Amino acid sequence: MSKLIKINQIRQLTSALFLEIVREPGVLFWGILFPILMSLGLGLAFTQKKDIIRKIAIIRTGENSFPQSDSSALGLFLLKKCEKPSTAGSDWKWKYTIKDEKSGNSIFLFYFRDWNEAVALLKKGTVNVLLISSGKSVEYHFDPMNSDAELSYLKLSPLINSGDVPAQISENEIKPMTLKGSRYIDFLVPGLIAMGVMMSCMWGISYGIIEKRSKKLLRRLVATPMKKSHFLISFILVRVAMNFIEASVLFFFSLFAFKMTIQGDISALLLLFLAGNVAFAGIAVFASSHTSNTEVGNGLINFVVFPMMILSGVFFSYQNFPDWSLPVIRYLPLSILADGLRAIFNEGAGYPQVALPILILTATGVVFFSAGLKIFKWH
Amino acid sequence: MISNFVIEVRGVWKSFKTVQAVRGVDLNIPRGQFVAILGPNGAGKTTLVEMIEGIQKPDKGEISIMGKRWKGNEDELHGIIGLSLQETRFIDKLKVSETLSLFAGFFNLGIDRVNEIINIVGLEEKRNAYVVNLSGGQRQRLAIGISLINHPAILLLDEPTTGLDPNARREIWEILLKLKEESNTSMILTTHYMEEAENLCDYIIIMDNGVILKEGTLQQLLVEESEEKIVEFTASYIPVNQTIQSENSSFTIQAGESRERGIIKLKNFETEIPAFMSYMKANNIALRHMECRRKTLDDLFITLTGRKINE
Repeated sequence: MSKLIKINQIRQLTSALFLEIVREPGVLFWGILFPILMSLGLGLAFTQKKDIIRKIAIIRTGENSFPQSDSSALGLFLLKKCEKPSTAGSDWKWKYTIKDEKSGNSIFLFYFRDWNEAVALLKKGTVNVLLISSGKSVEYHFDPMNSDAELSYLKLSPLINSGDVPAQISENEIKPMTLKGSRYIDFLVPGLIAMGVMMSCMWGISYGIIEKRSKKLLRRLVATPMKKSHFLISFILVRVAMNFIEASVLFFFSLFAFKMTIQGDISALLLLFLAGNVAFAGIAVFASSHTSNTEVGNGLINFVVFPMMILSGVFFSYQNFPDWSLPVIRYLPLSILADGLRAIFNEGAGYPQVALPILILTATGVVFFSAGLKIFKWH
Repeated sequence: MISNFVIEVRGVWKSFKTVQAVRGVDLNIPRGQFVAILGPNGAGKTTLVEMIEGIQKPDKGEISIMGKRWKGNEDELHGIIGLSLQETRFIDKLKVSETLSLFAGFFNLGIDRVNEIINIVGLEEKRNAYVVNLSGGQRQRLAIGISLINHPAILLLDEPTTGLDPNARREIWEILLKLKEESNTSMILTTHYMEEAENLCDYIIIMDNGVILKEGTLQQLLVEESEEKIVEFTASYIPVNQTIQSENSSFTIQAGESRERGIIKLKNFETEIPAFMSYMKANNIALRHMECRRKTLDDLFITLTGRKINE
């Protein structure tokens, strides 16, 4: 087969597959708009400091005149330091605000309930600390594994005990981090780009191939002189091009909306991005090599995608997983890609830092692609 | 040895997990002949054709096309064969002309051939329509167009008209009849429509349960063993399985397509018709309608298998 025919075949296949994608109106939304919306939503949610409301339940123990009749620390705190609701309809009874101009106020809302009602509120997650006044001291009931509840406790206990605001003193000690690359959005966007590559390869390539097999189109195609590898190469080319467009749109949006920067080597970034595409394209071809049932295909794709979505630290760092699992998690393809992208975006990394990730990702892709091609079912 | 046949199938067997789909089939197809493989669903037609197409490998036996085996000659054979599979669905959001261009590209053919094909299959008005928006008949014409794109020496069509309405079916027949007139293409077509086999093909192979029951030209198939004339009748009551004696022969009344219809097969009109009439009269059966017709493939199929083809 002459070189010209080869190029012509790939060109025809590529343009057909590309048209198939861009003519589907959903592609524009899910591929391009959705990641932007997600980064916008999550980025705003985690970068803008606003008032944090902490809801606490105080247990009604019997005396109706509480806290007037109560000379305990809690009684005095509620009576002297807290505001009452201005309207009658509020379900909370007292309110206390720790003012903080820089990083947002903390507002405590206190509910007054009996034990059972309070537990119900706790189970629903409305409140996360229950208070019982017992004589001079106060009992705090909360789940010690819930760090948010623990924080409420830590902030609340000096307030109630001394009636003073310890945060006032420490306010000058807190310097909000404004270093480049240290915000949540800086963590999130590279993760979203990495996830986009994975999702788009797995759904675009795997599902696309399985669907074409189930339509018997693969069978029809290989009954022509078409080269089988040309078909797969075209599929991957189209997908990588789409991924590049999607990632660029997301990146330029973040650049504009969140003032993100690339602190490291841009050419290394492109190469790493490409290696990530190779890795997931290879995995996608492997996953789609056999089945012609789109339901099974769904399951297969989820089997690949789900663990990595959860473990690879796209949205939150995987450092909180148990120590023994970290060596495994760190070497998942999605972790390698996301970590590498973050290193270049936020830590100024270049080739020395990402050469190994690029190598591993490329090798992963090549191994899975070759294995997939070996067992690939065209009929 | 140079063979006269473009397709030779010798002693081919193929079984799948639970079924023996093809059980020892021999086939020789000369250049330019249109052949129908006729049989009900599950007869093994598709498996046989897919083995000829190189999609399935026979368990046993040999297949050669233009004197060549599939093994090692895939590229060359793919170049001279045109085919349409049962229910292939092409890319939904690709236009007719783009779909044809894609396939033309595989054979290194250009837009000229695409335009020719659009003409041949009569899709001029639909050339810019997305495949997903075509009707069943148009989609099938596109599939036939794709199978013709490389000027195939051998055309293999697997049930090209199944599920189409009579008009759409006739349009496909016209395309194929024109091809037969204008080219030297050999064709194998599978079908379970007798009419299609009769109209399009020079040679008919009747298959059931993985074996060839009978083959020949339409003439050969129907004339052989066919001293019989067929008379169909409707009456107030059909005495099925009743044997009637005439002067020097006997015949049995068979059930026809519906309950109200009976069939008798007669060898000797002059004596058997009066015997039939007097039997009916004697038994007080009112004869409503009676016609004598020529034997069809349907009759042959029933004779061969004891059942109707579309049952």
